[in-house]
Amino acid sequence: MVETMTGPDTRPAPTGKTPTRGRSSRRRGRGFLTAILFILPALVLFLVLVVAPIVIAAYLSLFKWNGIGPPTNFIGLDNFTRMFAATIFTGDLQHMVILIGLSLLVQLPISLGLAVLLNQKIRGRAFYRLLFFAPYIISEAITAVLFSAIFSPEDGLANKILEAVGVDGGWTWLSEPETALWTVFLVITWKYFGFHMIIYLAGLQGIPKELTEAARIDGADGWRVFRHITVPLLGPTIRISVFLSVIGAVQLFDLVYILTGGGPSHSSETFAVSMYDYGFRRTQFGYASAFSMVMFLLSLVFALGYQRWVLRRDLEGASTAMGDSR
Amino acid sequence: MKLRLKLRSLPTHVVLWLAAAFIVVPLLYAVLGGFKNTGQLSVNALGLPDPWVPENYTDILASGSFYQQLLNSVIIGVLTTVLIVGLSALAAFAFARFAFRGREFLFTLFAIGLMFPFAVAILPLFILLKTFGLLDNTWGVILPQAAFGLPLTIIILRTFFRGISKEVEEAATIDGCSAFGFFWRVLLPMARPALATVSVLAIVASWNNFFLPLVVLNDPNTWTLPLGVQQFQGEYLSDTAKILAYVVVSMVPALLFYGVAERQLVSGLTAGSTKG
Repeated sequence: MVETMTGPDTRPAPTGKTPTRGRSSRRRGRGFLTAILFILPALVLFLVLVVAPIVIAAYLSLFKWNGIGPPTNFIGLDNFTRMFAATIFTGDLQHMVILIGLSLLVQLPISLGLAVLLNQKIRGRAFYRLLFFAPYIISEAITAVLFSAIFSPEDGLANKILEAVGVDGGWTWLSEPETALWTVFLVITWKYFGFHMIIYLAGLQGIPKELTEAARIDGADGWRVFRHITVPLLGPTIRISVFLSVIGAVQLFDLVYILTGGGPSHSSETFAVSMYDYGFRRTQFGYASAFSMVMFLLSLVFALGYQRWVLRRDLEGASTAMGDSR
Repeated sequence: MKLRLKLRSLPTHVVLWLAAAFIVVPLLYAVLGGFKNTGQLSVNALGLPDPWVPENYTDILASGSFYQQLLNSVIIGVLTTVLIVGLSALAAFAFARFAFRGREFLFTLFAIGLMFPFAVAILPLFILLKTFGLLDNTWGVILPQAAFGLPLTIIILRTFFRGISKEVEEAATIDGCSAFGFFWRVLLPMARPALATVSVLAIVASWNNFFLPLVVLNDPNTWTLPLGVQQFQGEYLSDTAKILAYVVVSMVPALLFYGVAERQLVSGLTAGSTKG
C-alpha cells in the first residue's frame, strides 16, 4: 500500500478551474482504494448536508409547496417570475448593492488606513490591533442585540451621545426606512473593519521596508509611497478583502434579522431575510427556495468570475479566509 | 527632538483613539448599563451607575439557563470541531499525498462548496433534519456545521500536508509505516500548528452560528448562547439594562477565548490572503 503514495505534488492547486485531466486520471491500483477510504467520510457528510440541500432547493423552487406532504404542484419558473416582479426582491437587490458599495468605498479604505497607521512603530500598537479585531470574535447575533439597544430612538446611547455633543439627538436610526440600512451598515463596520485591518496588516508586513524607504529617499511623499508602492503590492490582499465583503453582503442574515427584521417596511431586507420570512413564517417553501437560488447563483457566479478574472494567479488557498467573514 | 517626534505622531494617535472609542464605547455602555436599572439608563446613559445595581448580573448568574446555553455552545462547538478536523485531516491527506483518478474533480467539488452560503441550504436542511428526526437535537446543528466547515479545513490542511517533504515519508516507509501509520504517527504530530489553527477557526464559526440554531432548536434547553441572547431580548423587551447584562455575560467566554487563541485565529484568517 505504501509504495502507492506519492510525494507532495508540485502542481499549482486547482482554484475552481477545470481539473487538469491528463495527469490526474492515472489510476494506481490499490492507491485509489486507500485514497477513497480516506476521503469517503468527509465526502458522504458533504454530499448529504451541503450538496443535496442545494439540489433540493433548486428542485423546490419549481414547486408551489407549503411543506405538507410531498411537493406535487409543479409550476415551472412561476416562483421566479413572481419574485422578479416583487418589490421585495428588487429591494433586496438594491440593499445588497448599497451595502457592497458602502463596504468597498467606506469600510475597506478605513481598514486600510488604520492598517497603514498600525504598521508603523507606534506606542500601543499591539493593544490597538487586539482591540480593533476583538468585535470579530463576538457573534453577529449578540452584536445585533447590543446595537438594538444602542440605536433605540428614545433612550439609546447613540442619540444620548449626539445630545451630549450638542447635535439634535432625535435620529431615527433603525426605526425609519430612510435610515435603517445605513445604521445596519454602521454595525457591520463596527464588527468587521478590524477583520479587514488584520488581513491588510498581514499583507503590509510582506512588503519589504527597503522599497518604501528607497522611494522616500527619492523624494516621494507619504501619499505617493502609499499610492504607488503600498497599494499595488497589497493588491492580492485587497482583492481578497473585497471578495469577502461581497460574499458577506450576498448572504447577510443574522445582523439584519435581529436589528430590524428587514424593516421598517422592508427597507433593510436582504435575500436571506426574505427567504426566512417566506419559508419559515409563511411556509411558502417553493417561493422561499427561489430566493435561496438567487443567493446561490449570485455567490457562485461572482465567486467563479472573480477567481477567473480578478484573482487569477494570486490565489492558492486564498479562499482560506472565506469561512468566517460573513 | 523627542518632543518633535511625539508631535509628528499626534495625528496618528488621534485617529487611533477615535477608532478605539468607536469600538470601546458600545462595549463599555453594555458593561456599565448592566449595572443600572432601566430608569437610570434613560436618565443617565453616559455616566457611571448611581447606585450600582448588581442584580441584573447576579440574577443571570444565578439562573440555570445561562449555564445551560453555555454548556450547549461548548458541546456543539467541541463536537463540531472534532468532526471537522478529523474528517478533513483524513481527506486532506489523501488529496495531498495520493495520485488517483478523480482527485482533481473531488477536490474542486469541495473547493466550490466553500462558496455555498449556509442561507442557501437552510430550508432543505430543515426538511432533511425533520425527516431524520434531528430537530431540537444538538446533532441537528453539529452535523450540518461540520459539513459546511469541511471545504475550508481541507484546503488549509492539504496545503500544509503538501509542504512536508518526501524524505520524511520515505523514512517512515523504510521504518515500515503503512499509509495510515504515516498519517497518524508522523503527519498529524508534525501538523500540530496547522491543526490548532483550523480548530480555532472551526470552533469560532460554530460558537457564533445563529441561523442554524434558530431554525433547528426550538426547545429552550437546547439553545446556544447567540440564540439564547436573542430570545432573551424578545422576552425582556423593555428592560434594556437586563438585556445589556445578558449581552455582557455571554460575550465573556468568547473574549476570554480570544485572549488565548488570538494568534491561531489571525494566522488562520490570514493564511491565504497574503500570498501572491
